[in-house]
Amino acid sequence: MSESIRKINTDTKMVPVPSNSIIPERDIGKMPVLECKHLGIDFGGLTAVEDFNLIIGKTEIAGLIGPNGAGKTTVFNLLTKVYEPTRGTSLINGIDMHGMDTVAASKHGIARTFQNIRLFSNMSVEDNVRIGLHNQVKYDMFSGILRLPVFWKKEKEQHERAMELLGIFGMQDLANETSGSLPYGAQRRLEIVRALATNPKLLLLDEPAAGMNPHETEELMENIAKIRDQFQIAILLIEHDMSLVMGVCEGICVLNFGKIIAKGTAEEIQANPAVIEAYLGKRKEAEA
Amino acid sequence: MKKKNIISRFWIYLVVIAFWVICELLISQESLSPVIQNQLIPICCWVTMAVSLNLVVGISGELSLGHAGFMSLGAFSGLIIAGWLQNAAQVESPVARLVLAMLAGGLIAGIFGFLIGIPVLRLRGDYLAIVTLAFGEIINSLIINLYVNLDQGTLYFKFLKGRGLPGIPLLAGAQGPDNISKIALVPAGFILVLLTLIIVNNLIHCRTGRAIMATRDNRIAAESVGINVTKYKMTAFVTAAVLAGMAGAMYGLFMSRATKPTMFRYTKSIDVLVFVVMGGLGNVNGSVISAALLTILPEQLRFLNDYRMLIYAVVLILMMLISNNPLIRSWMTRVKENLFRRNKQTPSVPVPGLDDQKGGGRT
Repeated sequence: MSESIRKINTDTKMVPVPSNSIIPERDIGKMPVLECKHLGIDFGGLTAVEDFNLIIGKTEIAGLIGPNGAGKTTVFNLLTKVYEPTRGTSLINGIDMHGMDTVAASKHGIARTFQNIRLFSNMSVEDNVRIGLHNQVKYDMFSGILRLPVFWKKEKEQHERAMELLGIFGMQDLANETSGSLPYGAQRRLEIVRALATNPKLLLLDEPAAGMNPHETEELMENIAKIRDQFQIAILLIEHDMSLVMGVCEGICVLNFGKIIAKGTAEEIQANPAVIEAYLGKRKEAEA
Repeated sequence: MKKKNIISRFWIYLVVIAFWVICELLISQESLSPVIQNQLIPICCWVTMAVSLNLVVGISGELSLGHAGFMSLGAFSGLIIAGWLQNAAQVESPVARLVLAMLAGGLIAGIFGFLIGIPVLRLRGDYLAIVTLAFGEIINSLIINLYVNLDQGTLYFKFLKGRGLPGIPLLAGAQGPDNISKIALVPAGFILVLLTLIIVNNLIHCRTGRAIMATRDNRIAAESVGINVTKYKMTAFVTAAVLAGMAGAMYGLFMSRATKPTMFRYTKSIDVLVFVVMGGLGNVNGSVISAALLTILPEQLRFLNDYRMLIYAVVLILMMLISNNPLIRSWMTRVKENLFRRNKQTPSVPVPGLDDQKGGGRT
C-alpha cells in the first residue's frame, strides 16, 4: 500500500520537495502555513492517528477525507491543540506548536469550525462574531465598566467589522437574532464567519456542508473559494460531500485508520486504488 | 429596536431610584413602618449579593455555594477597619469610615476570591461548588475564633483566646464585634445597589462580559477563538467576590454588635442562590426584584409565627411552578408583544421592516 502512495506522490506535477506536501504551484517557494511532522496520538492502547505528515501552502484549499472513524476530526483536534500529540509535532508559520494550548494555537492563526455546531447559542449572531473579534479589538475591563471613550470607539469598530464579516454570507439582517434559533445552514455559515473573525492564517472547516441541501453546498463552494481569495488564507476542510471536495480542493489527503493512504489532486485521488479500496472494500471480497 | 433595548436595559435603574426617593420621602415624614425601615439596608445588601452571585452563576455559569463567605470576610474586615478608623485614626465622618470600610471589605474578599479561583477555576465541572462550600464554613470557623484588639493605633490579632491582648476589643470571637458604631446609611445602601447594577450590567455588555458568556455557552468554542477561559471565569468570580465583600461591610456596619460569623454560613449562600434562581439565571434585573421581595417576605410573614418559613417555602415553590408554566409564559410574551406593538404603531405612516420585527417577536 505504501508503495502505491509514494508512486502517486512522485508522479504528481504540483508536488514539490518534500514529497509529502500538496502545495499548489503558486505557493512553491513560500514558507508553508502548516507543516505536520509525523503527528501521532494514542488514546490508551488505541492509535487514532499515526505518522501524519502534511504541508499546506499559504493560500491553499486542501481537503481531508476518509471513511467514518478514520481520525479526521482527531487531526483537527491535534492541530488546534485540543489534544497534545503523543508523537511528532506541527509547525504553524514555521513556529513549533509543541506545548501550546488551544488559545495559543488561535493566537498563532488557527481557527476552526466544529462537526457538531458549537455556537454561543444564547447570544445574538452579532455577538458571536464580536467574540471572534475578541483577540483584535481590545480594551480593558475597566474602560468597559466605566464606559470610557475608548469603549465607544472600539465597540463601533467591532460592530462595523462584525457587519462586514457577516456580509460575506449576506447575513447582516440576521445580526440581532439569537444564534441558536437560526436554521441549520445559517448556523454553519455563522460558525465560519466567527472563525474568520479571529483573523486566521489557517481555517479548519469540519464538515462545513453537513446538513446543507445541494444548492446551499454549491453556494458554500463558491464562498470557500471567495474567502480564500479575499482573505488570502489557507483552508483545510473535512467533508463527506465529494462534489464539494473534488470541486474546490486543490490538494486532497485521504485518511484511513489514522494513516494517510493517499495525497494528490482530485483526479489522482479518484483514480487511486488505495482510496477506492478504503471506501468500497477490496475487489476480490466484492466478487466473492 | 434600539429604543426598546434602551428601555429594557435601564428601567431597573429607574425603579431603584424611584424606590429610593419614595423611601427617603417616607422616612423624612416618619410614615415608613419601622420594620421596613430596618429592612432597607439589609435589602440593599442582599440585592447586591444576588446580583453579584448572578454574575458567577448566571453569567459565567459556575456554581458557587460560598458567596456568603465573601460577605462574611467583607463584613468582619470592614468592621475591623471601621473600628480602627473610629478609635485610633479619629476619622470623624461616618461616611468616610463607611466608604473606607467597604473598600477594605471588597478588597479582602476580592483577594480571597482570587486565591480560591487560582486552583479551582482551572478545573471543569462542579469543583467550584465544592470548594466554595468548604470556604464558607472555613471562614465561619476562623472568624468565630478570631480575637482582634486595638491598642494605641495598633491592631492585635489572636486565635482561640483573646485574654492576653492589650487595649480595647474590636472583635471578640463568638461574641462578635465590639466598640464599633453603626454607620450604615440608607442612601449608601441604594448607592451600593446602583453601583453594583452599573458594574455588572456594563460588564456584561462589553468585551469582557461577552467573553465570560462565551465561556459559559461553549467552553471549547470559546477556547478555539482564543478566549482564555480561566482568566474570564476568574474576572467574573473576583468581581462578584469584591461586590459581596462591599455588601458584607455595609451589612456588618449596619448590624455592628449583632454581626455574628454564623450569620454567613452556607444556608445564607443557598438563600442568595434562591434569589438568583428565582430572578432568573443571567437575568440581573430579575435578581434585584427577587432579592428585594424574598428579603421582605419572611419579615412580613412574622405574624404567622411558627408557620412563617413553611409559607415562605410554599411561596417559593408556587413561584417556581408559575414561572415555569408554559401557558403563563406564553401569555406573558403575548402581553409583552402587545405592549411593544402599541408603541410601534403610533406613526401613521407604515414603517418598512415592521413586519420583520413582528416575525422576530414570535419566537
